[in-house]
Amino acid sequence: MKAAFVLWLRQLKRYLRSKSRIIGSVGQPILFLVALGYGFGPIYAKAGGGNYINFLAPGVIGQAILFTAIFSGIELIWDRQFGFLKETLVAPVSRLEIMLGRTLGGATIAIIQGLIVFVLALFIGFKPASWAGLLPALLMMFLIALFFTGLGTAIAATLQDMQGFQLIMNFLVMPLFFLSGALFPLDGLPPGIAKVTQINPFTYGIDGLRAALTGQSHFAFSLDLMVMSGFTLVILVIGTYLFSKIEI
Amino acid sequence: MKENIIIVQNLTKKFVECLAVDDISFNVGQGEIFAFLGPNGAGKSTTIKMLTTLLHPTSGKISINGFNPVLEQDQARASFGIVFQDPSLDDELTALENMEFHAMIYNVPSELAKKRIQELLELTELWDKRNILVKTFSGGMKRRLEIARGLLHHPKIFFLDEPTLGLDPQTRNQMWQYIKKLNETEDITVFFTTHYMEEAEKMADRIAIIDHGKIVAMGTLGDLKQKTNTDSLENAFLSLTGSQIRDELTDGRGMHGHMRGH
Repeated sequence: MKAAFVLWLRQLKRYLRSKSRIIGSVGQPILFLVALGYGFGPIYAKAGGGNYINFLAPGVIGQAILFTAIFSGIELIWDRQFGFLKETLVAPVSRLEIMLGRTLGGATIAIIQGLIVFVLALFIGFKPASWAGLLPALLMMFLIALFFTGLGTAIAATLQDMQGFQLIMNFLVMPLFFLSGALFPLDGLPPGIAKVTQINPFTYGIDGLRAALTGQSHFAFSLDLMVMSGFTLVILVIGTYLFSKIEI
Repeated sequence: MKENIIIVQNLTKKFVECLAVDDISFNVGQGEIFAFLGPNGAGKSTTIKMLTTLLHPTSGKISINGFNPVLEQDQARASFGIVFQDPSLDDELTALENMEFHAMIYNVPSELAKKRIQELLELTELWDKRNILVKTFSGGMKRRLEIARGLLHHPKIFFLDEPTLGLDPQTRNQMWQYIKKLNETEDITVFFTTHYMEEAEKMADRIAIIDHGKIVAMGTLGDLKQKTNTDSLENAFLSLTGSQIRDELTDGRGMHGHMRGH
């Protein structure tokens, strides 16, 4: 497990050194929280939804985790292009351990980003229902982080360069985010959109996070937990398989 | 007679459209310095990748320090160090951190690793710069660091794929002196490719020349000159491989079976 640890440590060091990345990936969720939160807040309250900032905060915390995690996974392409991947692939450690270290490293970074957004949201006006909810919230954050780092890695394992990156952002990551219930309640949606949100793993991650932090949710927390755990397990198996097939 | 530490029998690698390595066989003795030469796209790097577990052979047998790189990957991997043709350092880490990463991933005990890292960085004259991020290093410094790193776990075999590409003569000289010293004191086997014929002339005990995936000649410098009736390795090389310039496809597995970065 020494190799997994050192890969994890490497991810963390790189993250802590890149201040622009930390600020950059916190900026967008906070902008969403401020602009949409304050902008739609009055209408949302008038419609009887209650406090929109409280509704939105778990969504943008999830957003920070989603983007950071996918990006950490996709970093594999950089490691391949800049050559560092070879250094790990000729080392006497199993592919599984390398994948494990990388994924946990990426997930850890994503959780830190989520926590930063959580703390900033408190200043903007977010009030969690209870502090006891932080523990299940952390569990949910971990699952979201792990799932999307795994997804990013799985995609990156099949790509040779960054040319497909824009495609992934626009046709996978953005839809995952926007069609999830991160920004709007899932009740009373048109059937088409409702279907899409129901097959989107991120929906369950956000719903679970919202359940833990605010006590309000669309599904039961246990269902969110089960669905996210299942998705995460499957993506990690697929990711590990694809990663083990990498030839340079 | 020294024992063979690298044994290659009927090694073949086929990519979708082409035969990159076509039924080659050779042995390298323990402690030997072996040069593996050939024009661009001849199959050098593909061969090194198969020897170092990065590619699976289509057919044929390989033994690295007695281990099969397909079935006994980890033992084979622990037996060699490698300096790749293109960089493989983490630019966002310092020189020292790159070394420490390598020590941990190769499971070198930490006290021993500390000692060796200092030795190797002093030898490659990078000790003063150990805490500087690698992205600020010059090409020559990066190469030296990669060499230091490749030797950190005391490999039995050292693979060098065009290690001196883009280095100035001073750095090249210094690097070879160091490798030669290691070869003599530690009995490390050296397997290298290069386009600088004088390097092979000066350093190699034996030379193999590969072209179109096949070994066209193998032996000592004297053998090759005699066989081709020429007076230098360069002329021997040209007489064996012709003077036509080879195109190399860089985007994926091209006509000559070459992959990205080769």
